Amino acid sequence: MKPFTQHDGLVAPMDRANVDTDLMIPKQFLKSIKRSGFGPNLFDELRYLDEGEPDTDNSQRPLNPEFALNSARYTGASILLARENFGCGSSREHAAWAMEDYGFRAVIAPSFADIFCSNALKNGLLPIVLSAAQVEALFAALYAEEGFRLSIDLQACIITLPNGEQWPFEVDAFRRDCLLSGLDDIGITLERSEAIRTFERRHQQRFPWLFEDIVL
Amino acid sequence: MAKTLYDKLWDAHLVEQREDGTALIYIDRHLLHEVTSPQAFEGLSLANRGVWRRSANLAVPDHNVSTLKSERDAGLSALPDPVSRLQLQTLDDNCDVFDVVEIPLNDERQGIVHVMGPEQGAVLPGMTIVCGDSHTSTHGAAGALAHGIGTSEVEHVLATQCLIQRKMQNFQVEVSGQLGLGVTAKDIALAVIGEIGTAGGTGYALEFTGSAIESLTMEGRMTLCNMAIEAGARCGLVAVDDVTLDYFRGKPFAPKGAQWDAAELWWRTLHSDDGAVFDRNIVIDGDSIEPHVTWGTSPEMVASVQGHVPRLADMPDETARIGLSRALDYMGLEEGMAISDIQPDVVFIGSCTNSRIEDLRSAAAILDGHRIAPNIRKALVVPGSGLVKAQAEAEGLDRIFLEAGMEWREPGCSMCLAMNADRLMPGERCASTSNRNFEGRQGSGGRTHLVSPAMAAAAAVAGRFVSVSDVMKEAGGADR
Ligand code: SF4
Repeated sequence: MKPFTQHDGLVAPMDRANVDTDLMIPKQFLKSIKRSGFGPNLFDELRYLDEGEPDTDNSQRPLNPEFALNSARYTGASILLARENFGCGSSREHAAWAMEDYGFRAVIAPSFADIFCSNALKNGLLPIVLSAAQVEALFAALYAEEGFRLSIDLQACIITLPNGEQWPFEVDAFRRDCLLSGLDDIGITLERSEAIRTFERRHQQRFPWLFEDIVL
Repeated sequence: MAKTLYDKLWDAHLVEQREDGTALIYIDRHLLHEVTSPQAFEGLSLANRGVWRRSANLAVPDHNVSTLKSERDAGLSALPDPVSRLQLQTLDDNCDVFDVVEIPLNDERQGIVHVMGPEQGAVLPGMTIVCGDSHTSTHGAAGALAHGIGTSEVEHVLATQCLIQRKMQNFQVEVSGQLGLGVTAKDIALAVIGEIGTAGGTGYALEFTGSAIESLTMEGRMTLCNMAIEAGARCGLVAVDDVTLDYFRGKPFAPKGAQWDAAELWWRTLHSDDGAVFDRNIVIDGDSIEPHVTWGTSPEMVASVQGHVPRLADMPDETARIGLSRALDYMGLEEGMAISDIQPDVVFIGSCTNSRIEDLRSAAAILDGHRIAPNIRKALVVPGSGLVKAQAEAEGLDRIFLEAGMEWREPGCSMCLAMNADRLMPGERCASTSNRNFEGRQGSGGRTHLVSPAMAAAAAVAGRFVSVSDVMKEAGGADR
């Protein structure tokens, strides 16, 4: 995982509530057995005018001029400003992979769906919850001013606006440490192997039927 | 101290509580399928890691399989779509390499992972169950702690048998009274989501209680818990009772003899204690729930079949107005129109929400002796597993569907997410027993209306949405 300490980036809008993971990466792309390469198909149905298929050359497809991410103004954006319940629906981690592959490092919204939030954090994509009023203010500022950027400091958990205002935000302490160090969860858990083994032995004594072998 | 069901399940699986609020939770059962596992196995290979406990895992292909008999008969290597074939082959290969037990494609036990699991007794009361699929919440119906995980977590569970979790809060949804004629668990689910919204359950474990829930069969409870995720809750729960035990007794992987007796002792404790405190409660009057139909692009955009699509002027604020007008536009509906004026082109009966034998029976009961209306271009019935299919055929349900003019398919996820060839064309409108009506979910530009199997069957016959309660009352009246 790419560590996340500080990030300064251009902000793009995703101005609708309940953006679901189907919308972020449509199912036809889930046939891939890889973890990378989803970026060109992020928000595929909104982004292109035709229907995308896994093997098509995306650079040849007609773009939807109405879609914010297609406008020159937001080219190179790395922070997405979104509305409530962002990432609801399917548990597909491909949604987080697509966001990361596209170049997003953070998403700001008034609320996130649980599974997306946890997937994002495992892929170096920082979900930041701000109040509805703060998000509203950011949308207004973003629309008012071309080249609107934000600076995110994860160490201090502070967002700095172009006018110098600083807003604190909260992140789960464990996840924050993982992001800061770019550390792999599995490695951290495996350091606790002894504790897991001890628990497992007790668990097996208590619930022996759970440890029967599965034979088809 | 009085505990909730969720508290009990959590405590029994807590390996370690950390100071930062996260905890290590032990996982009893891990279900896998072809779509969310390849990258996890790849991760294990790259890091040179193995599987922690072989017998905890069970894999099955379902999301991306063809449901056409002609395409399935020649086996995996003959499937026409090369991209899907590679994904399915990768699951087989990974299961070989990592020694994970897999129910293969043309095995009679193959089916949608959430139908197969309980059917085999591979999920049981009191377990912690995860799967790289958000509808893992289904298994909370057994009084188990079950939820969906992402692919990184799939890898984490394979490697460590644990998950890093934060304890959720407790939310009690009490459904009092008894459901009326033709009203099903699906309608409870849609009514609850209509009430609390698609984010209403975020951060909560949702326990369904009350007399209407106690009266549900296990299959009904599965339908209900399946949809908990559509209310934003990672898991749904129903307490263990005789209905639960009767369902699991004799299932292939369920304990037998003395082990069953020991298990039953523990399972009998799996309910919220009197006086247990929930962080949030709601009560819904089961008697007043009517058959529901979603009209929009989120499961919370739902109404009684007797109701209407909302009006823009009735929206509380500008954001809601924009949301409504976008949904109406996508769905091709007028504000204020009657739900019963909506005419589907396609009917889909299937998915992990509603493809079990009772679902097929309730649809067949409505369809028996009828033909689908001329405006229905396509009607698919996709049983949840090979065993459901065999059972339905033994009962002659397949004949009823075929004679009504519907297609009888092989088991799989099919048009629930349309990863295979079963999908809507742009603009097509579907009465679907699945769980998500998101834009494009059943095919790019497709329009989905979520309903129960009986409601889908009634819509197939009438060519528009009608109250299945009325249909059943009329049929009952004619009989008398
Ligand atoms: S039937 Fe639909 S919701 Fe259920 S597991 Fe398959 S794709 Fe997911």
